[in-house]
Formats: sequence, structure tokens, C-alpha cells
Amino acid sequence: MATTHVELKESESHTAQKRIVNDLSIQVATVNGSGSQTANTVLLRAIFQMGIPVSGKNLFPSNIAGLPTWFTIRASKDGYIARRKDSEYLVALNPETADEDVLSLKAGAACVYDERLNLKRFRDDVVFYPVPFDQLVAPVCPDARLRKLVRNMIYDGVLARLLGIEMEEVHIGLRKQFKKKAKAVDLNFNAALVGYDYATKNFQKHDPYYLERMDATRGKIIIDGNSACALGAMFAGVTVVTWYPITPSSSVCETLIEYMKRYRVDKETGKATFAIVQAEDELAAVGMVMGAGWAGARAMTATSGPGISLMAEFTGFGYYAEIPAVIFDIQRVGPSTGLPTRTAQGDMLKNALLSHGDTKHIMLIPCSVEECFALAIEAFDLAEEFQTPVFVMSDLDLGMNNWMADPFTYPDKPMSRGKVLSAEDVRRLGGFARYKDVDGDGIGYRTLPGTPEPLAGYFARGSGHNEKAIYSERPNDYVDNMDRLTRKFETARAKVPKPAIQENGQREVGIIAYGTSHWAVLEALDQLKSEREIEAGYCRLRAYPFSPEVYDFIRRCARVYVVDQNRDGQMLGLLRLELEPEQIEKLRSVRHYDGLPIDARSITDEIVSQEAQN
Amino acid sequence: MATASVPPASPVKVNRLGLEIANYKGNKSTLCAGCGHNAISERIIEACFEMGVEPHRVAKLSGIGCSSKSPAYFLRTAYGVNSLHGRMPSIATGAMLANRSLIAMGVSGDGDTASIGVGQFVHLMRRNMPLIYIIEDNGVYGLTKGQVSATADIGSKLKTGVVNDLPPIDTCALAIQLGATYVGRSFSGDKRQLLALLKGALAHKGTSMLDVISPCVTFNDHEGSTKSYSYVKDHDEPLADLSFVPFFDDISVDYDPGSTMDITMHDGSHMLLRKLEESYDPTNKVEALRLLTESHDKGEIITGLFYVNTQQENFLTLLNVADEPLATLPESKVRPPKAVLDEVMRELM
Repeated sequence: MATTHVELKESESHTAQKRIVNDLSIQVATVNGSGSQTANTVLLRAIFQMGIPVSGKNLFPSNIAGLPTWFTIRASKDGYIARRKDSEYLVALNPETADEDVLSLKAGAACVYDERLNLKRFRDDVVFYPVPFDQLVAPVCPDARLRKLVRNMIYDGVLARLLGIEMEEVHIGLRKQFKKKAKAVDLNFNAALVGYDYATKNFQKHDPYYLERMDATRGKIIIDGNSACALGAMFAGVTVVTWYPITPSSSVCETLIEYMKRYRVDKETGKATFAIVQAEDELAAVGMVMGAGWAGARAMTATSGPGISLMAEFTGFGYYAEIPAVIFDIQRVGPSTGLPTRTAQGDMLKNALLSHGDTKHIMLIPCSVEECFALAIEAFDLAEEFQTPVFVMSDLDLGMNNWMADPFTYPDKPMSRGKVLSAEDVRRLGGFARYKDVDGDGIGYRTLPGTPEPLAGYFARGSGHNEKAIYSERPNDYVDNMDRLTRKFETARAKVPKPAIQENGQREVGIIAYGTSHWAVLEALDQLKSEREIEAGYCRLRAYPFSPEVYDFIRRCARVYVVDQNRDGQMLGLLRLELEPEQIEKLRSVRHYDGLPIDARSITDEIVSQEAQN
Repeated sequence: MATASVPPASPVKVNRLGLEIANYKGNKSTLCAGCGHNAISERIIEACFEMGVEPHRVAKLSGIGCSSKSPAYFLRTAYGVNSLHGRMPSIATGAMLANRSLIAMGVSGDGDTASIGVGQFVHLMRRNMPLIYIIEDNGVYGLTKGQVSATADIGSKLKTGVVNDLPPIDTCALAIQLGATYVGRSFSGDKRQLLALLKGALAHKGTSMLDVISPCVTFNDHEGSTKSYSYVKDHDEPLADLSFVPFFDDISVDYDPGSTMDITMHDGSHMLLRKLEESYDPTNKVEALRLLTESHDKGEIITGLFYVNTQQENFLTLLNVADEPLATLPESKVRPPKAVLDEVMRELM
């Protein structure tokens, strides 16, 4: 089904304009439940297959059908993949939002729209490409019930024609999407062709935006963060997985189930080397993880903010009883209804100190799908080495959007199962004290239930126990234990992933960011330099407790901007808890909390504005 | 009739593993003298001793409350977790998922089970995970000094004079309805019946739920309470005379099939129900539920084995979990080789 690609005739006025190649954002505005996901994914893949760096962000409602949804695709020859506020191309298919969508376009942008919406009346500084979607879809899709889904593919064809996306890549994208369902591939591709032909016959290109093949995606993969976490968990050797559905984390375990069925059923016995349980709630999900971790399994759950709240008591118990556990937190906006399908870094402060009493937890903070994979594996090692709950702090933007990435690296070291004594060990030692700091690193030795040695048994409890795990309410026993847990946390400080620091020797302005803010910060660093001649140093946090390198970075800077995707500057707050006063004074806050992924312009503008006040 | 469960007399009493009963004891109880829970701990010790349970295979799991302290008072050398209020089911489930060779013995209370933990309780019952769930049921919150619990009977009076005006949750009826496969009720003062029920639970590979009425001598043993020693003794109506014959006892038992029902347990042991009302069939869920409803209406405390189902698939079988404990599977079994990662990466390109 190769289509001969002929350049669209350009308008007189436009030939004078400069061609803008491989640098645009396309926003597709549809209604959720209309099946636009396929058209958008195929579009993303086609651009990716043309070798152009690309990213896609799905801004969707908390709803199954009928509310507005936007999908933004950004193609960038420079490799910028953060969300951008403005789009050069709008595909307007949602009557509810079309007016607003068109009004928000910048001058010179282009708009492909359902001609019934009659959008031309709103702007004269936007290039319009009206398409009769319903008229076009009927002949290629005789089954009326499928038309709603298939009609979206028409805009893929129209965009292909207008922007120069190769139809063969659209076809490949569809084959990837539908795998062996040849009929679905044909049906959808025919719809795309209809759009392509319509554009050829009816449009003159009046905008300057083009996509052209380049070679920047060879050997790369496209994957979402939740799938990457799932793969990490599988290669970490997870054996017990318990979960309760919650957006945006559900696909961590759903994807994991698929991979585990494929790769973790023992070929000889036909039996599963894992157990996955959908629990009745997050209280039970994390309780099962604790039971399994105590019994020696690599156990995990995945959840989001509200689930974390329900897991608070058990997380504290895990800290005190010293039980390994891995909790993936795919962060989102606040409680209850409204914005659960929008992104935020909303749990940083809460998780660091989750539960009651004196509790502190290890958090690993991936910024990319590669790190979702690598830090998931690391999390299981750290949980067992430190015998404590470990959080992997992803977010909706990372977890549910597709990201371009290098293929993941197979773990280069064996699983680290931590300090576990065998029956022989216990016999040789003549017993053991579960919570004794034998090695001076704050980490005791544990035995696993079922170890056949009478001296190996112990009874785990929450706050009240001595180093032999005997019930105790004595003040000294409690203080000794808490001080040992502090030592353990300090040991972790040296073991957790170190920050990624880029400095260029500058000493004035520093930026601290973490997680998905990274991509916007990278772009903001370039903007600050090229537009304002501000050369900022950058420290990307990858874990809590903070490594000494983080403090050194702050000490070297005069002013440090801490970028948070939450209202109150949670990471800044966490830094304040641990820094000396003269360092705290250096901290400035850059906050973003509208539910959309952070963009570079917001960071740049905020830093420039605050710098002007210095 | 002499029962088969009484082991032959021996000067040094050891079980089939060569262990003495001392090997099954726990730490000294810190519960009130006369507390029903202590008697239950004693029966657990005897049951494990007589069944020849390997202590290291036992996972003792509990929530919060007086009941949940008691696992410290039996099987000192076993492993245990005193977890959170109402959360024993999830801890026990996780432990069994991690290591199916364990014998999970969960001890809970009426508050721990029927109020704060009722969500986890009902979902545990649905799964038929192999484990033993014991409710030490005194109808009152002991550790917080005497508040009414959700198993207290309507009209039962607290020590403070407060009368309970809400109906009780029948944990046995709930367990049967939801899918538990070995369900009974007993009384901490009925040594023989409780011991037989506990041994049966150890022989059963599915969820065994035993509600054991266990009077609280401090807060609920007075006139007007329906969970006092004297009230329970007066109103206890055993459903049958229970005898347990373990699989390793090479004793043939004579019984009259007309008045006795013989249930073969998963491990080959036998539970004999004598003097059972002829029409009663403990393998029939509907009958069990009717019995509980009727006896409740009559104001009787019916005790015994109400329901047993040895055919139902258990949760571990359903999940097709490997025979070896998942917790200690070697890396070669749980980390797929590099070729797998390469394959997945190719698919994502």
C-alpha cells in the first residue's frame, strides 16, 4: 500500500516563509472513548520510525466516555521531549472544546478540524484545513458501529499529507498496534488513505511545518513508565505481587501479569514462579506484601496517592519490624474525584516520612523509562539489603505516557538478598539476635520462616522489642533500637543512587529537580543560557535519603532553585529538614501544579523572574 | 468408646517427631489469670504436639488486641508476626504466598475480626487460602478496657451496665457463606472439642475458621453477659461429639455408621462426628447456615464442626504457584535470561 509521496503545492504567500522542519507539537483534541488512542499511537510511532525524536502525552479525563481528552505529540530534532505549552498543529474533533482549543492557538498555527465545527469564524491568523470526517469514513467503513473508532485514522492520513509523514510508516505503526489482526490493519489504513487523498486533492499547504526523515531514533524503543517498572520488577525476580486498581498505577501490575505469564512460568513444571493477587483494598495489598517480605519473598505493590495513604500504617510497621517491601507510587493529583488522571509529584514529603512515630523511608526517583527499569531492580536489592520498605516514585506523566528510550540494560550484578542466616549459620553461631547491630551498619541479620532450626525462630512486632526481638517497653531498648534505625538510614544514604550533576564549573545559580521535571529542566537550561546568558548548574535527585553530593552541590551554589510539581515545594521542604540554616537560605522554589506535565518555559520564566529580584 | 486420638501411654511422652510437649510451649502468658485465651493456647500446644507439627514450619500471625498477643504464648521456636489491628488476614496471605510449605496459624479477636478487620476477613474467606484462622471471641474489647464488640449478642450487658442494642455478626455463618472450607465454633472451656477441631484444622488444606468463645474474666464475665463462663456453659449445645483420628495412627476405629459420620481430611486423617443429628450434613452449606440461624433464634450457642468441604480448590492451587517456596527460588528461576530482555526490547522498537 505504498503511496507515492508528492510534495503538496505550496501557496504563494507561504513559499516566502521559512520551512520549519522537525520541530512542532501536534495537539489532538477528541472525546474520550472515541478510540483516538490508536490513531494517536500510530501517529507517534510513524514519526518515531522516521527517525525523529518524539514524545506523546495523553491528557485524559477521569471518565470512560464522553469527556474531553487531548493528546500532544512533540517532534523535536533537538531531542526535547518535555511538554510544550503551545502547539503548532491542532486536530480539533471535540465540539465541546473546539472553540477554546482554536482560540488558544498561537498565530501562524495550523488547525485540522471536522468541517461541521465551522472553526474558521474564530481566527484569521490560523491556517485551517477542514475535513468532512463523517462523509469520508462511511465508504471505507461499512460497519456503522466501527465508524466512530475508524474515523480518527483519517486525521493520521491528513496529517501525513500535510506534514510529510510517510504512509508506509503509518502502515507499520498499525501493524504494530494490531499485531496479527490483518482486517483491523486494513480497515484503519484505508481510512488513513482516504484522509491522505482528501488532503492531496483539496488542500494547499499554508503553514511552514514539516516532518522529514532523520536518524535519531535508530535502535530506540517506545515504552511507558509503568511497563518499564513492570519489566524491572520481573527482572528483579519479584515473586509476590499484590495490588488494588488505582489510576495511574494499575497498568504496572496489569502489564506485569502479561509479562510474567509469558516469561515466568516454569517450562518443566508448568507452574508459576510468582503469585499475583488483586487485593480487596490497599490495606490488604500492602499487608500481603509485608507478610510475603517477612517470609522472604521479593514482594511488591503499585499504587498512587490515595492508596499510599491507606498503606501508611503498614509502611510504618515495615519500618519498625524491618520487613523488605517495594512500593511503586505512580503519583497523581490529590484525593477523590476531579484530577486523578492528571500528573503531580504529590507524595514526596508524605512518603519520605510515611506513617506515625519516627519513620523515614528510602525513595528512588526515576526520571525516565530507562530509570523506571533500572531503579525497580535496584529497589528490590535495597529493600532486602536494608530490610525496609522502599518506594519507587514515578508519576502519571512518566507512568502512562509513551517515551522514547534506549533499550534497557540487563542487570549486571546478581540479586542481592541481604543478610539472611541459614539454619547452619544459626547453629554455628549458637543463636541469633534479630535486631542486633552486629556489623555497625545498623542492619541486623534475619532468618526466614521455615528455617529448620529451633534457635532461628523469632516473633516480629512493631515498636516494642529489644535486639533479640523479645517484647519490651523499656525506654533504653526503644531508644537503642531507634538509634540503630537511624544508623541504618545513614548507611542507606551512601548506598542509594547518587544524584546526576551537570555543572560546567558555575557557582551562581543551581537547579535541583527530580523525576519527570528533568526533561523540562534540560530544555530550560538551554533557554536560560541562550536567552538570558544564565548558565545554571543542575543536580537531579535520584533518591532519598539525599547523598552527600546533594549537600555539596548546594554549598557550591549561591542560589538554588528547587523544581517541584506540587503546590508547596515538597522536595524543598524535605531539604529544609536536613540542611544547615545558611544553606536553607539559598533555596528558591519553582512550583508547577496545574495537573499537566511541567514545561520548560514555566521553569525558565520563573527563574528569570526570581533572578531579577536578586 | 475409647477414642483413637489418645496416644498410647508412655513414660516419656514424645510425638512422632520425637519432640516433647515442652518443645511446643511459648513464653509465659501476660494475659489475665483465667482468661479463655490461655486455655486456647494450651489446646494449640497440644494439637501441634499430638499432630507432630514441625514448629519451624509454623507461622503465627496476629492482629492487635489481647487475642493477638497470645501467639507469644505457644510454640516459642516458631516464627511469628504481631501485626496491625484487623490486618492478620493480609499478613497471613502474604506469608503463605511466599512460602506455601508454612503452616499459617492466625489468631485474632472479635474486634480484630468482626469490626476493624471485617473487610480482610471476608476476602480471606473467599480465597480459601490454606491457613487456620482462630477467633478468640469474648464479645468485648479487652485491651482498651471493655467496649462492646460486633460479636456481642443483642441485649448482652457490659460491665458498665451498658446494654448492647445491635445484632451480632456471626463469623461462622459469614465464613461459610463466603467460601471457607472448614468452619466450626467451640468454647475455650471445652478441651476435648476444641482439641479435635484444631487437629482437624491442621489436617485441612484450605481455610479453617474457628470461632472460639473465650470469656474475658475482667470485662465480660458478669451476670447479664452472654459470653461469660457460666452463660456459655449453660447454653452450649454441641452439634456432635467430635473425635479426630490422625493419619499416622494405625488404629482402626469402630463406629456405628448410623449415628456417626466419618470425614476424611486432606492428609488422610479422619474426623468422626458422633451423635450427630441424623438429618444434619456438614458438607451442605445451606444446612449449616440454617442451623446457625435457627440456633441463634433459639438463644442456643451451638458448637462443633458446622461445615467442611475437602473438594474445593485452594487459593495456591488456583494460582498455580510453584511447589517450592517462592521466597527461596534461586535467581535462575526468577530472573529471566538476557535473551528474554532482548526479545522484549525488539518488540518495543
